[in-house]
Order: sequence, then C-alpha cells, then structure tokens
Amino acid sequence: MSSSISSPLGACLALLAAWGLIGLAGLLRPRSVAFAGRWLFLLGALCSLALAVVAARSVVLPAEQVQLLIGLPGLPFHMRLDSLASVFLALLGAASAGISLFAAGYFRRGEGTLPGLLCLEYHVFLASMGLVILADDAYAFMVAWETMALASYFLVVTQHRIAEIRRAGFLYLLIAHVGAIGILLSFGVMQGGSWQFTFDAMRAASLDPGHAAMAFGLAFFGFGAKAGLVPLHVWLPEAHPAAPSPVSALMSGVMLKTAVYGVLRVTFDLLGEPQWSWGLVVLGVGLFTAFYGVVFAAVQTDMKRLLAWSSIENLGIIFTGIGIAIVFHGLGMGALAALALIAALYHCVNHAFMKSLLFCGTGAVLHATGERNLGRLGGLIHRMPWVAWLTLVGALGIAGLPPLNGFVSEWLLLQSFLFADTVPVRFVDMLLPLGAAVVVLSAALAGYVMVKFFGVIFLGQPREATLAGAHDAGTLERAGLVWLALGCVALGVMPVQVIGGLNAVSESLLAVGLGQGAEEWWLLAPSAARGASYGPLAFLVAGGIVVGLTVVGVRSFYHRRVRRGPAWDCGFARLDARMQDTAEGFGQPIRNIFQPFFRITRELPTPFDAAPAYHVTVEDRIWHDGYEPIGRLVRRAADLVARLQQGRIATYLLYSFVTLIVLLALVL
Amino acid sequence: MNALAVVTQLLEIFVAILAAPAFLGWVNKCRAWLQNRRAPSLLQPYRGIHKLFHKDAVIAENASGLFRAAPYIVFGAMALAAAIVPSMWTRLPLTIAADSIALVGLLATARVFIALAAMDVGTAFGTMGARREMMVGFLAEPALLMVIFVAALISHTTSLPIIAERQTGEAMALYPGLAFTAVAFTLVLLAENARIPVDNPATHLELTMIHEAMLLEYSARHLALMEWAAALKLFVYTCIGITLFVPFGIATGAQGPLALLLSVPLLGAKLLFFGAALAVLETVSAKLRVLRAPEFLATAFLLAVLGMLVHLLLGT
Repeated sequence: MSSSISSPLGACLALLAAWGLIGLAGLLRPRSVAFAGRWLFLLGALCSLALAVVAARSVVLPAEQVQLLIGLPGLPFHMRLDSLASVFLALLGAASAGISLFAAGYFRRGEGTLPGLLCLEYHVFLASMGLVILADDAYAFMVAWETMALASYFLVVTQHRIAEIRRAGFLYLLIAHVGAIGILLSFGVMQGGSWQFTFDAMRAASLDPGHAAMAFGLAFFGFGAKAGLVPLHVWLPEAHPAAPSPVSALMSGVMLKTAVYGVLRVTFDLLGEPQWSWGLVVLGVGLFTAFYGVVFAAVQTDMKRLLAWSSIENLGIIFTGIGIAIVFHGLGMGALAALALIAALYHCVNHAFMKSLLFCGTGAVLHATGERNLGRLGGLIHRMPWVAWLTLVGALGIAGLPPLNGFVSEWLLLQSFLFADTVPVRFVDMLLPLGAAVVVLSAALAGYVMVKFFGVIFLGQPREATLAGAHDAGTLERAGLVWLALGCVALGVMPVQVIGGLNAVSESLLAVGLGQGAEEWWLLAPSAARGASYGPLAFLVAGGIVVGLTVVGVRSFYHRRVRRGPAWDCGFARLDARMQDTAEGFGQPIRNIFQPFFRITRELPTPFDAAPAYHVTVEDRIWHDGYEPIGRLVRRAADLVARLQQGRIATYLLYSFVTLIVLLALVL
Repeated sequence: MNALAVVTQLLEIFVAILAAPAFLGWVNKCRAWLQNRRAPSLLQPYRGIHKLFHKDAVIAENASGLFRAAPYIVFGAMALAAAIVPSMWTRLPLTIAADSIALVGLLATARVFIALAAMDVGTAFGTMGARREMMVGFLAEPALLMVIFVAALISHTTSLPIIAERQTGEAMALYPGLAFTAVAFTLVLLAENARIPVDNPATHLELTMIHEAMLLEYSARHLALMEWAAALKLFVYTCIGITLFVPFGIATGAQGPLALLLSVPLLGAKLLFFGAALAVLETVSAKLRVLRAPEFLATAFLLAVLGMLVHLLLGT
C-alpha cells in the first residue's frame, strides 16, 4: 500500500516528517538563536497549525490505514488514522501551535543545551507524539513511545549543569521505563497467541476474561505511570518544573494526553469489550488522584510545581470520566457511556489549552523576573499586563468557572455522575453517585489553587525590589499566549461544535453517539442528560448585558469621579509588601485541614534568635513511605551483589568452577 | 420564547435587585427586635447604598483594573444568578442557558473575583480575607452542589425550573434525603452569606472578619455595588432554598399569568418567614473561631453527602 499526500493520513505523516526535518535543520547553525531558536520554531508552529486543521477535518472521515516502508525486515510500521487518533492529533497540533509560537520568542542564549540541539529535541518530541497517536502496531508504537520519552528527557535536562535537574530527569526516565515495561507486556498479552503484533491482529484476537483483565491491568499501569496517576505521580512535580517553560507546557498539555489516548485505544478498541468492573478501578484511582493532586497543589510555593500538581489533578478528573464510561459501557448503557467519554475527551482538550497557557505564562514571568518562587513575586499585573490578563483566562478556566472551558467538561462529567444511580448493579448504584462529591470538592479546591496562583504572582505589591524592572512578554510570546487563551474561550462558548467532533470518536469506539436534545447551535443539551441544558454563549451575552447596564447605570445616575490615594488598610499607615500573605500563608488553611496527607517539617524560631527564621517544608508521604523503602531495598540488594563482585580474576574462576561442579552434579 | 416569558424574566431580575436590600433590612430588623434593640428602618440599606453612590470613589494607588472591574462583575453575576432561580415563575428563558450547576459556577465566579480584588491592593487584611473566603468557599461550594444533586436525583434533572415543577406537581412525597440536605443547605447559607456563626456582618474586628476584610479598600460606588451584591446573594440563596425545599406556590409553566398574582405575594410571605428564621438562628448561635469554620462546613458537606446516600438507600 502506498499513501498519497492528498489523503489525510498521508498529509499527517508528511507534517510529522516536516517536524523531523525542521529539527535536523537546527543542527545547521546550532549556535544561532535567531535561526534555530526563532525561525525554525515559527516553521514548526506552521506545521502544527496545518496538522490541527488536517486532523480536525478527518475526525468525521472513515478510518484510513497505511503500511510504511520503514521498520525491520518483515516487521514494517503500520499507521492508522481514525476518529480517536484525529482528535488527539488535532489536540497536539492546536496546542503545540501556540506553544511553538511562544517558544519562538522564548529561547535565548544561555547556559545549557545549544539552541540547535534544543530545536532538534523539541521537534523530535513533537513528531514522536504524533507517531504514538498514529501507530497501528505494537512495534511502531513502542518505538515512538520510547522516542517520546527520550526526547522529553533531554528537554527536561536542558539545564543539565544543575544537579537537582539531572536528578529530576533521572527519576522521570526511570518511571517512564517502568511504565513502558507495563505497556510492552500488555501488548504481549493482547496478541493472544497469534504472535502478530499489529493492532488489527489484537482487535481480532479473542481473549478469555482473565487474560483481558491482565492486559488491561498492565496497560493501565503503564499508561498510568505516564499520566501521573497516584501513586506513580512522583516524577511529575519534579520533571515539569525542571524543564524550560514551553517544554513543561508541551509535556503537561500534550504528552500526558498520549497516556489517555493509550488507555482509550487499549480499552475500547484493542480489547473491544471492557468489563464494567475495570471501570471501578479506573474511577477509584482517578478520583483519588484528582483529590490528592489538588490538595498538594494548594500548598506549593513554586509556581511551576503548583501547576504540575494541578496537572495531576486534571488527569485524575479525565480518568474519572474514563472510568465511569467503562462502567456504563460494560453494562450496556450506551448513551451514558458516550456522555462520560465525551466529558473525558473534552477535558483532555481543555486541559491542553489551559495548562499550556499557564505554563507559558509562568515562563514569561520566569524570564522577566528570574524567579519561580511565589514568595518573591507579586504585583506583576502592573508590569506585565498582557501576561497577567491572558493568564487570568487560563486560571479561571482551570478553576472551572463559567463561561470558560473548564466548566463545560466539568458540567458534562457531573451530568454523567447524576445517572450513575440507574446502574443495574446493587451497591454500585449507590456508591457511584458519591464520586460526584469528590469531583466537586476537587473542583472547588482548584478554585482555591488558582486564586492563590494568580493572586500571589500578579496581584498585591511586589515582594522584592528587583521586580520593578520586570518587563512584559515579547510579541511572539504574546501571540502564543493569545492563541492559547482564544482556544480556552472558544472551547468554553462553542461546546456544541466541539462535541460534534468528539461525538465521532464515541460513535466509532462505543457505537453510540451523544444525541443532541435540542436543535439550537448554541445550546448544549445532550439528550442523555434529561432536560438539563447549558448555553454558554447566551450566558455570556446575558452576563455582558447585565454588567454593561450596571456600568452605564451607575455612571449616568450618579457620577464617575475617582481619586487615587494611599491604601486604607484600617488606617494603618506603614504598610509594606511583607505584610501580605505569602504562598505558604495562603496555603495554610489547606495544610491544617488536610494535615494527614502531608509530611510536614517545621523549623520555628525561638524568642532568643537574633534573626528569627521560619521554615516549613511539605513533602509527599507517598515518596517517603513508598519510594524510599524501595530505593533502600534496591541499594541493599546491590550491596549484596557487589560482595560477589570482587574484581579478582581468581575469584571469578572459582565461581565458574563451582558452577560447573554443581551443573555436573545435577546432570549425573 | 414569547413576550410574556421575557417580561417575567425581566420581572424576576428587577424584583430581586430592588427587593434584596429590603430583605436584608428585614433580617436586620428582626435581629434588632430579638436583641432588644430599636430596629433600623427597612429602608436603611437603600439609604446606605444611595449615600455611597454619591460619594467620590477613592482607590488605592497601586490598584489595578481588576480591582475596579470586580464590583461590576460581582454585581452582574449576582443579578444573573437571581435571573436563573425560579422564585416566582418556572418558565424563565435564561434557565435554559444555565442550569443549577451553572448557577453554582456563577456564584463561584463572583467569589473568585471578590477574592482576587481583595488581593489586588496587597494589604494584610485583604489577603487574609481572601484566604479565609476561599477556605469557606472550597467547602461550601461542593456542599451546595451536593444539596442540589439530591434534588436533581429525585427529579432526574439539574434544571431548576423542572425540579421546582416536579416537586410542586406531584403529590406530597416525603424524601428522607431532603431532610439532611435542608440542614446542610442552612449551614451553607449561613457560611456563604457571612452570617453568624462563621462571620459577623456587624463587626470589623480584625481577628474574625472574612467578608468585610475583603471590602476594606473599597469606597463609594464600588462599595455600594459590593454591598448591594451581598444583599442580592442573600436573597438568591434564600430563593434557592425556597425552590429546592418549599416550591409550593411558584407559578408553573402550565399555569397562566394570573398565577403570578398569587405567587408574588407568596414569595414575599416566604421571604418574611425565612428572614425571621435566619435572624433567630443568628441570635441563638455564637460566633465560631475562624479555625473552627472548616469543621462547621465539613459538617455541612458531609450532611449533604449523607443526604445523598440516604436518598439512594431509601429512595422515596
């Protein structure tokens, strides 16, 4: 089979190849920031845009397959573009268009990796994510998956001279590979004795329930490690802050979604008929991850680490939606499964835009101030109005406030929870709706986190004198932020159009779509949701009219005089920046309420200290109680093995001799 | 969507905006009576707002655009919230665009903007108030949603007018789950509207204040809008309670406009009753320490979750 460039799949592959070439072109002049750091990234952004357009148009087209001429002899790469792949490719293209645009203005000369190498790693990373989504056999998938892990590892350790960053990169690489083993084994189970590793063979193989559950469990473990599901999340808050901001945006906004893609592909496509009880596992892990992530996000003091924890929360919410979709699908409740699946997919797209926007925003702040610590920022809305207002859009979106995008997916997810009481299994029908309680609690905490994030960075008084010299983002950076913010708004006010596309995925995976209850183009009224509807555009217009009338009314009935004066603060005259809440202070209620979650160490000053200092560190219990014992165990085992390794040739000869004797004794 | 629907929609908004300060005045009057004080006039809140609108606004030197925009956004959000709670008639055009989840989202939007505005000037009180408000909010908001979900599970929809219609339409069925959620809702109402025992609307004592701490930097028209919005919020919350728990008398879509002649005075009577009840509740309880507020709200949240469990276990 040959593919022509005019078909959507051919066009997608050509664009991925173009990314690869752009990356290689960076090696031509590796030291030039203008060439490798700016122009090539702009070209990459164009490819992204084209990919988004091609993929978005192919969502509703029938699936298309092609066999490539690369790969091992007798083991060629298979590629396939169907609705599910199209949606995730469109996500990759649309989000990376904004991120590459931002990155074009972001990278400067400095320590660490050369711009040309960075350009190569970045574009290989993009292309490998595209290949993961397109791959149609286990071999191609694993090659792309590993390329993705390696490319992102090199991007994470861009500042490789800093020991802490090397450590974060190592942890990331380790967990990525532990996860990859799970995925590899899962493919091994799924081939079902045919020893054919194309996805077509896996679709055709019929597994008995035990093997199917094993394959699912391995895949969920492997992809869960990439998605940062608790307890495999430990790499995420280390690696995301270590990477340069556009890379953090790409990892958090897009790469985590490849794990979601993988779970959906394996569960609904390759395995075919998931058992409903798997859904309970996914749901449970998802809910716990969502809650755990947001509680930790609330107590962070590093702005990028805060966003990384918030990503864990959002992936938890996505997996909650997938879990409930599996339960409904397994029990034959098609329309409700479609509702939950679309909620999860919608949240994927939303999170790609919102989190990329926020990470890029922190990148701009980092450039302007050189600070990642929330305790040294503040008042930047005056110095960086563009970044501040655009970041506000992302923050409100992620807090799940209408009429922005985060609210739409939350609305869909809650609607699907409200039907969980119709599940025809006793006890499950009572326990499932209670999951909604965890979702709403996490969503409300996300509001807390975002007020902290935005308020401490951009509002108030500057906490350091150096912040007075902060400058706003450059034109290209602004353009990237504007693109991502527009995406957030569009996803918020045009849900019907987006769901039209996502519906094709549901129809191809679950054989059921989400019927629209109403005909109106502006009104989201899934027929599965029984009389409930949400029309964000009407909502926005009505809100705009009310606010506008208030402004006009107040000004015309009264006056518009305004004076500036010093802050009042109950008449206290010597107000300074240190009297504001710090990030620690703002998170203090959460630290108190959820104390059992954290491992807190405090250093309190005594009354006799000349320079009193207060330190508090909040650590993850899972790291301390789960990973460190494993690490110690490994080290002890290594010590035992090291005792065997004396390094003297005579000892090794003795080992061989003893082994031979033992073997001979066994044989005789 | 016919002309009548538009008229009732506008009526719903304007009645709420105009009556909200009087409702607050009524609660204050009842409180004063219960505490053996001479009661202020029902019109006192209007006079206060009118006076503030006449004054020159003074804004802190380092306040940003967000600080100036917030009062309008908050007031607009509350007015919109009033528009989508069917307190008199269930056939409101805007309720199609926003169901009960969107209503909670709208209230959360208002909260986030107040908190951000409070952090904008960068005073010690402002950030403290914002932190405490978000602490109250992150527990009160899910509690309110769970309360609404129990009603939604009973009526099989999240659309408020349909919930009200089904509850008025069918024969008086007793739902045990609603008893739990009614208590939870009362606790949420007290916390969200800065009433005793979580906050005290009558004090500026720095150790305890939440809502007032966030408004300290506001003056004149901005303050007037914020206070008006607070009055509206109390009004909206009471109307949500009426819609969920005692919807009887709300004119349904099937009934003609004449039913409105009955439902408007009935709403007034309910408000008078619940306003008085609120005053009693506030008078008999003592202010909690701020550190105790999370426990109070966790109780509300757990009661609402328990209500849902009871409903799922027992059904009708």
